[in-house]
Parts: sequence; C-alpha cells; structure tokens
Amino acid sequence: MSQQSFLDVKDLRIHFPTDDGLVKSVDGLTFGLERGKTLGIVGESGSGKSVTSLGILGLHKGGRARISGEIWLDGEELVSASPEHVRGLRGKKMAMIFQDPLSAMHPYYTVGDQIIEAYRIHHDVSKSVAKKHAIDMLGRVGIPEPTRRVDSYPHEFSGGMRQRAMIAMALSCDPELLIADEPTTALDVTVQAQILDLMRDLQREFNSALIIITHDLGVVAELSDDILVMYAGKCIEYGTTEDIFYRPEHPYTWGLLGSMPRLDREPTERLLPIKGSPPSLINVPPGCAFHPRCPYAELTGGKAGTEVPPLAETEGGHLVRCHLDKAERRRLWENEIKPVLETQ
Amino acid sequence: MLAIVSMATFAIFFLVPRLAGATAEGMASRYVGRTATEETAKLAAERLGFNDPLIVQYGRYVKGIVAGAEYDYGAGVEQCPAPCLGYSFITRQPVFPDLMNRLPVTLSLAIGAALIWVLLGVGIGVLSALRRGTVFDRFAMIVALAGVSLPIFFTGLISLQLFAYGNPFNWAAQGGYYVTIEDSPARWAYGLLLPWITLAFLFAATYARLTRAGMLETMNEDYIRTARAKGLVERKVIVKHGLRGALTPIITIFGLDFGLLIGGAVLTETAYSLNGLGKYAIDAITNQDLPKVMGVTLLAALFVILANLIVDLLYAVVDPRVRLT
Repeated sequence: MSQQSFLDVKDLRIHFPTDDGLVKSVDGLTFGLERGKTLGIVGESGSGKSVTSLGILGLHKGGRARISGEIWLDGEELVSASPEHVRGLRGKKMAMIFQDPLSAMHPYYTVGDQIIEAYRIHHDVSKSVAKKHAIDMLGRVGIPEPTRRVDSYPHEFSGGMRQRAMIAMALSCDPELLIADEPTTALDVTVQAQILDLMRDLQREFNSALIIITHDLGVVAELSDDILVMYAGKCIEYGTTEDIFYRPEHPYTWGLLGSMPRLDREPTERLLPIKGSPPSLINVPPGCAFHPRCPYAELTGGKAGTEVPPLAETEGGHLVRCHLDKAERRRLWENEIKPVLETQ
Repeated sequence: MLAIVSMATFAIFFLVPRLAGATAEGMASRYVGRTATEETAKLAAERLGFNDPLIVQYGRYVKGIVAGAEYDYGAGVEQCPAPCLGYSFITRQPVFPDLMNRLPVTLSLAIGAALIWVLLGVGIGVLSALRRGTVFDRFAMIVALAGVSLPIFFTGLISLQLFAYGNPFNWAAQGGYYVTIEDSPARWAYGLLLPWITLAFLFAATYARLTRAGMLETMNEDYIRTARAKGLVERKVIVKHGLRGALTPIITIFGLDFGLLIGGAVLTETAYSLNGLGKYAIDAITNQDLPKVMGVTLLAALFVILANLIVDLLYAVVDPRVRLT
C-alpha cells in the first residue's frame, strides 16, 4: 500500500437491490483526505453524496445495501470490519452533522441530554461530568447562556441554534473525521454564513478532517481545499478548489458553475441551468452517464453513448472523467464557457 | 373536569329511566314489585317523588350523592348514606357499597390484563416492526388479526373448556373462582389467570398492530439516524429513541381502554362468572333495577373521564412540545 491518507476511500460501491432493479447509488468512488483538510462533495440530488457519507459511517451495514470496495480510516479498513467495531468508531472517531437539525434531533429529549448521551457512549463518566462537558460544548459553538439552554428542547431553539447544537453534539467526542451533510441548506442565508464560519474555526481548533456534502458551490468555495464533483454515483471531476472554480474541465461542472447565482452579475441576466434532470440510478445511461444532457456529446464521435470514460488526470492531481480530449476541453472553457460566465 | 362529571350525571339521570321506557307508575312498580296493585304503585310513585318535575328529582339525586338520602316508601324508611348513588328496592341495599364491593374484582382483572397486554402487545409490535416481512412478522400479524376479530365470549369459553375443565388441560381455575389478593395473592392470580389472558389477547392484538405501525414510522425518522451516527448500540436506538417516539398514540389508546375496562369488563366477567362491575351492570339491566344501572353507569363514566384526564396530563410528560410553558 503506497502512502496512505488519513481517510482513503477506494473503489467504493454501494448498491441497493430493489423491486425495480439494482440502484447503483455509489459506483466506484475513490478519494483521500488528510487531517486538517476539507473536501467538498458536490452534486445534484440523487447523485450519491449522502449515501457515500452514510456509507463511510457504516450506517448501511446490516441493511439491504451491497457494499464493496475499501474505506481506510487512520489505517483501519471499515467495509470489512464488524458492525459492532464500526459502531464504536462512530461518534468518537468520525461524526456527522445532518441537514435538517429539527428532524435530526429527538423531539422528546433536551438538547443537553442528547449531547450527554453522545458523550457518554464513548466516555465512562457520570451524568454531571457529561453535562458540564455538554454546557462547555454549547458555549464553544456560540450558544448564549449554555447553562440554561442545555435544558431546552430542540423545538425551543431557532434553526441556527439547533444546527449549532447539532455541531456541538457531533464534536462532543472530538472526532477526527467530521462529515457535514448539507449543513446549511435548511438555514437562513445570514445564519448560513455564521455556521460556515463556526465550522471553519472549529475545524482549525480540532484539526479534524472535514467532508462537506452540498449542492451549493458557494459553501464549498468558502471552506474546501479540494472538491469532488459527483454525478450518478461516480466522481466526474476532482481537484483543488482553484482547479474546479478557475480551470474546470467537465461540462457538468461548467453547468454547475453556470447555475450558481452571483452578486457580481447583472440581475437581469439569466442563469445557465443544466438541461434535463439527473438520471435514474437504476437505468444509468450507457457510456458517459452525463451524455444525454451534455451539449458537447457530439464532439466525442459517438463514444459518449457507448463507453464509460475513465477518470483521467489532466495535471497535478486534477482528475476528469470525460471523453473530450484535453485540448478540446481547454478550448471550450476558455472560448465558450468562461467568457459567458464572466461577462454575464 | 367537574363540569363533565355533572354533565354525565345529568345525562344518565335523564336518559336511563327514559330508555327503560318508564312512566312514574311504571318506575314505581319496578321498585315495589310487579305484583303490587296499581294503587300501591301510585302511592309509591308519589312517596318517592317520581311525579315531581324532573329538575327537582335531579336535584334530589345530586343531593343524595353529596349528602346521602332517605327513601320513605310508605311502609318504612331506607337509609342511603353519602355518597348515595341510589337505593335498590329489589335487593334492599344502597348501590354505592355494592359498587365498592365489586370494584376490586374488576380492578384486579383490568390491571393484570393491562400489564400482560401492554408488555406483550408492545413487545410483539416492536419485534414485528424490526423484522418486517419475515415469517415472525406475518405470523404475529395474523394472530393479532385473530385477536382483534374474535369476541371474548368465544375465546373465553373456548379457553375455559381447554384449560380449566380438563379437556385436555387442567391448569387454570374454573369460572367464578375469585379470592381477594389480601387473602392469598397466589390464589388470586391463579383464579384470574384465564380471564387475564383472554382479555389481554384481545387488547394485545390491537397494541401490537399499533406499536408496529408506530415503530415503522419512527424508525425512519432522521433522529434515529442521528442516534446511530452517535454510535449508540442498536438496542438503545430502538428502545430509547424509536419506541419513545412511537409511544404517544399507545398511551392515548391505553388510557381510554383502561378507563373503559375498570368501569366493567362486561363480556369477560360474564364469560368467567366474575362478580365485578360489568357483571353487576348486566345483572342490574336484566332485573331492570334502575338505581343500580344508573349508579354503575355513573361510576363507569367517572372512570373514563378520569382516564382521559390522566392521559392528557401524561401527554405533557411524554411529549415536551405539548407543555404549556
């Protein structure tokens, strides 16, 4: 095994057998992540982002999912590990922040109780010690009057406070890997920025590896070191944040960038949405999964509809899964896409 | 609460005699006996105040509950100390002490059965939900369907035949066997075993189905995923997070069922010849003993109302979102 990262996902496949056929939610995903770094996973709904994150946490184990591939976390392989062993790592070594903090917290228990529970699963301490810790955590994520608020129920919190509490719960055991699944989607825009700031500060403080899953490129631009663009269960482009924003090579990534509202554009201009909708994961289009929606599919000479393009390196760790050749992609980006995005 | 109780009293007072289809003389003749002459009946009606306006009679009834009453029927005076729920001229006894004698039987029956059916029903419901689609689940749900559909006078008699009269077993007490718990807890339980199981079977079925549906719903909630993501062991995820979320409708139904039951488990008590409130009510109706019918109905209504109140209070304990503050 050559040079292993802190988190190393290799050829991960998560398939769900259903009555209608096999749903290939994640189909051969490979990436790595170091401590203290942030990876953004971007894609439309149904591209397999959330399934990937739940898969890393081992939350598909024991269900109907068929999982293959390898997930190495700090030198330990998780796919073949026993569910009980992975459970022991969950919450302690790796933790998750969910999208909608209202439904993700139990309505019948106080916020404090839920943090205390998370802490006491992995630490053999008394309730009062755990409660002090919970109050401390709530204070650190910026909840005012934590000694009083620790006894509140989730419904007594505002949306932003709930997400802060959720983060406090996830961080209560000082996890080395933190996965945030759409952490700001359910929040007001003003609160979104606060939460993102908070996550960045806490990540620096805890030096944890952070995976942010989102469909919002603004969020990943803010936080990520690297970005992985997913489409139909596969990685279609991977690179540094600069690569993805300034030198994107996949037509799908261009589409995502074109769909992003920006303040520096004229408000009267239209966005450039991607046409069509994401493919069904049961009947993934043959060849390149994106080709039915790709405006440049004809330029590949028919290969787009028959062959699955390989994920190839263009330069310095920037990977693209596309049949168009490199020169062609560069030309399209420089001449056709970039000017449109910029002048708009 | 008090308002509802008095409304119930009012309704019972007006409706029960009228449903029995009685005129003042008719009612009086039931009190003095069918063989009495019309003259005697008329006299009794007058003495007992059946010719007074209804509101006066009602006032007298309520006053009896609070302060006790005396019934002067001409040939003598019967005392009915407070709380007087009426005086039966057929058995020549006030109703309330009767009810209090019968209550322990019904209470024993209801509490024991409730314990069994809640444990059994909720347990099976949880297991069924977790093993949805397996043989266990299908089998449990078929049995539950049978439990819901089979009436007690059927299951009760069958189980008596099978387990009490030696065909083929002789494990349980025969009908009518009741020893108070103060006398001998073991014999008390022995005597009530079959009625408990029969009654519990009926209710456990409902609770199993209800719990299963509730668990299937809550186990798909996001907070269950959160609990798992914390690294909680699955057993705790199920009980502390899943079942807790599914408990609210079960508590509601339980309150109503239990309240109804302690007012008299009519069918079970009849099938097993247990002298509880249900049997008392049936006997009173058969004998057209109106004061008894009214008394037992009022007590049953009181229990249902109490149970509802307790359920409402419990809601606030179970679901913090219901709390007022």
